[in-house]
Amino acid sequence: MFATARKLREAGVLGLNERNAEFIMRLNPRRLYPRVDDKALTKQLALEAGMAVPDLYGIIDNQGDVRRFGEIVADHDSFVVKPAQGSGGDGILVITGRSKRKRDTFRRSSGLLITEAEIAHHLSNIVSGQYSLSGNPDKALIEYCVHFDPVFAEVSYQGVPDIRVIVYRGYPAMAMVRLPTRASDGKANLHQGAVGAGVDIALGVTLNGVLQNEIVDDHPDTGALIAGLEIPQWDFILESAARGYEVSGLGYLGVDMVIDRDRGPLMLEMNARPGLNIQIANGIGISARIRRIDEIYDAEETPAERAATARREFSAHRQLQML
Amino acid sequence: MTQRYVLVLALLLTLVGLSMFVYKWQVLSFPLTENQETSVWTIESSISFDSGPGSIKVNLHIPTLTPGFRTLNENSVSRGYGFSLNYGSGGREAQWAIRRADGRQTIYYRISVFEDESSEQADTTPPFPPPPAINEPFRTAVDVIVAEVREHSADTTSFTTELLRRLNDPSPDPNVELLMSDVESDVDFVDVATMMLASARIPARMVRGFELSGRQRNADLEPWLEIHDGDRWRFFNPTTGEENLPDRFFIWWRGNEQLINVEGGSNVEVDFAVQEAHLDAVAIAKSQAAKSGATMFDFSLYSLPIQTQAVYAVLLMIPIGALVMVVMRNIVGIDAFGTFMPVLIALAFRETKLVWGIVLFTVLIALGLSIRFLLERLRLLLVPRLSAVLIVVVLLMLLISFVSHKMGMETGLSVALFPMVIIAMTIERMSVVWEERGPVDAMRGGGGSLVVATIAYIFMGLGWLEHLIFTFPELLLIVLALVLLAGRYTGYRLLELGRFKALINN
Repeated sequence: MFATARKLREAGVLGLNERNAEFIMRLNPRRLYPRVDDKALTKQLALEAGMAVPDLYGIIDNQGDVRRFGEIVADHDSFVVKPAQGSGGDGILVITGRSKRKRDTFRRSSGLLITEAEIAHHLSNIVSGQYSLSGNPDKALIEYCVHFDPVFAEVSYQGVPDIRVIVYRGYPAMAMVRLPTRASDGKANLHQGAVGAGVDIALGVTLNGVLQNEIVDDHPDTGALIAGLEIPQWDFILESAARGYEVSGLGYLGVDMVIDRDRGPLMLEMNARPGLNIQIANGIGISARIRRIDEIYDAEETPAERAATARREFSAHRQLQML
Repeated sequence: MTQRYVLVLALLLTLVGLSMFVYKWQVLSFPLTENQETSVWTIESSISFDSGPGSIKVNLHIPTLTPGFRTLNENSVSRGYGFSLNYGSGGREAQWAIRRADGRQTIYYRISVFEDESSEQADTTPPFPPPPAINEPFRTAVDVIVAEVREHSADTTSFTTELLRRLNDPSPDPNVELLMSDVESDVDFVDVATMMLASARIPARMVRGFELSGRQRNADLEPWLEIHDGDRWRFFNPTTGEENLPDRFFIWWRGNEQLINVEGGSNVEVDFAVQEAHLDAVAIAKSQAAKSGATMFDFSLYSLPIQTQAVYAVLLMIPIGALVMVVMRNIVGIDAFGTFMPVLIALAFRETKLVWGIVLFTVLIALGLSIRFLLERLRLLLVPRLSAVLIVVVLLMLLISFVSHKMGMETGLSVALFPMVIIAMTIERMSVVWEERGPVDAMRGGGGSLVVATIAYIFMGLGWLEHLIFTFPELLLIVLALVLLAGRYTGYRLLELGRFKALINN
């Protein structure tokens, strides 16, 4: 047992307790949490900083407004409903289209139909705070539904694959692509069974995938090879992630990006307590990179410069083996 | 930096908690284990005498100090007499006085003592006794014997042993025989021995007392020999010369004065009766603390009303449950619903007992969940829905109680002790997890809660631990220190070892 712990320590693996005590508590002041926990606020701050985000169609912040829903989505066939303060992807409803016969019936990303009344109930649950971190009343965001770039079409089952970048003191430290599976119900959440694939920061190319802590080569539903996919506009993605530091002020940050077919990389949300599975997906502990960033940290660098520094510093250790 | 503050704080808390604990345990004799009983001996001396015509003054030697014993309380029953305590050469003396009395009088003096290893003889070193004035021919005999004994001994102790051996010799030499000619009793014998020791400039005195055992009437006072070896007092059996004091030998007074002196009375009789009782050690500690004026006891839970004590006996175990929670979550890494839900469930288990507790909890959650899924179809707003679940939980509890009562299983009645609000919240949370992440995650969370609750129950139900915390609530400071330390524990959680296994470089 102690031997395992020592080996993990040697491999530079970060544990939950250390993440919480050493990084989150030290680098993420609580007063800044609302900037990332409230997605409406995140979106606003990101727009002000010039980041690309999905368009906001409307916000429902009280029970009375729930009936405005039909009006908000009147011009849109696809959209996403999400709680402003949700966590772990809970409460997110992805609507990809409308039923041909009835306009008040929608099609979910899973292909199942859902009526407007059911969506209204979901909205009122969100507003009541069922999904909010604190249980307090919440807001529901209705926003643009990302049409994801075909680069990941082969390795996704429904849903939207996204890119999670861990940004330490403004420098991208580690990244992974999260690929939805049938088990994850189209959600890009590793806890719910999505596949995580590490990304070589230097190249923007995917590594092997990880499913529930096990290394996998192929996507469980599509059977396509996960490793070796080149992520388009990688430079821009890294730079946006680095900019998340300025937007949020958080020193230990998870930035979630998606690549839209038409609009390119969009910042979806940020997370003040990013999970540690990213280490498994990359097959390497994050501690060494954190130490390296502490060494090279330069407060003067712009987001673009920090992204470039990260590309220079953090080439995946498995790079050689793959080529 | 923070790390150091936490360490220092934890250390301070531990020190304060431990020192209070040790003080109460060692000095105030609070018992470490439950129902620890201590033997308490009550020794009653009844003094009776015929009163004379004038005023009466009674002087009685009473116990001052015996190593290994402590006084619990003492009192005297003497109607109409004035009472005072004095210190004489032989220790404490009680004095009763009355201007006039008729007929036969009886005065009682009663003392209760208990054994306490930590009680020691706090006596100062006496001065060397002056050589006693002895008349010839005894003078020469004493000098000869002392000289001979000195030849055959190395120190005070061996001198005393050798002296006693010679005095007790069945075929004594002429000098001893001469000295023993007037000895009629053990008391006289010890008197001679002390006189001879004084000639050798060894501080010595007679002590008188009796061995305490069970119930005794007319207990006889035995003389014993006490000498000072320059360092401490040592006891010698005058008839065998062995250095020892029998177990439970209780010293009534020291010196060669009479036990009692009655002025203005005649036909004096003193009778000792001993009675043994078993008293709860807590009660003894309590009265000790009260006597020594230690305020510590005012802050002890035993000074609260009984009902409040019963409440705190349970409440004080909650920190233990919290400690279990901290260990299970931050060091082991088990997921559970709600931060303290398992602790509250564990509290309920105390009443239902473990097996029934788990059965009732599972039944309640399962029924509640199925009804919660029915409610889901009604599309209720959050707060009304939560309230509906709460009401359903209350009704289900009632139903379970009825059914189990009809079936003759009275344990089912204890379902009422489950924290219903917590159960309702758990059902709600579980149903959300069930929908969002599937039944596996919901079951895992529910199971985790149950496991943590069970472990918390086991720790919170340890009888000795409960007694320890109740008697020494300051130990909770140590629990607090442990929790603080766990708060700065940055090592891996036990379950993470398995989770990150793939990352170990080979």
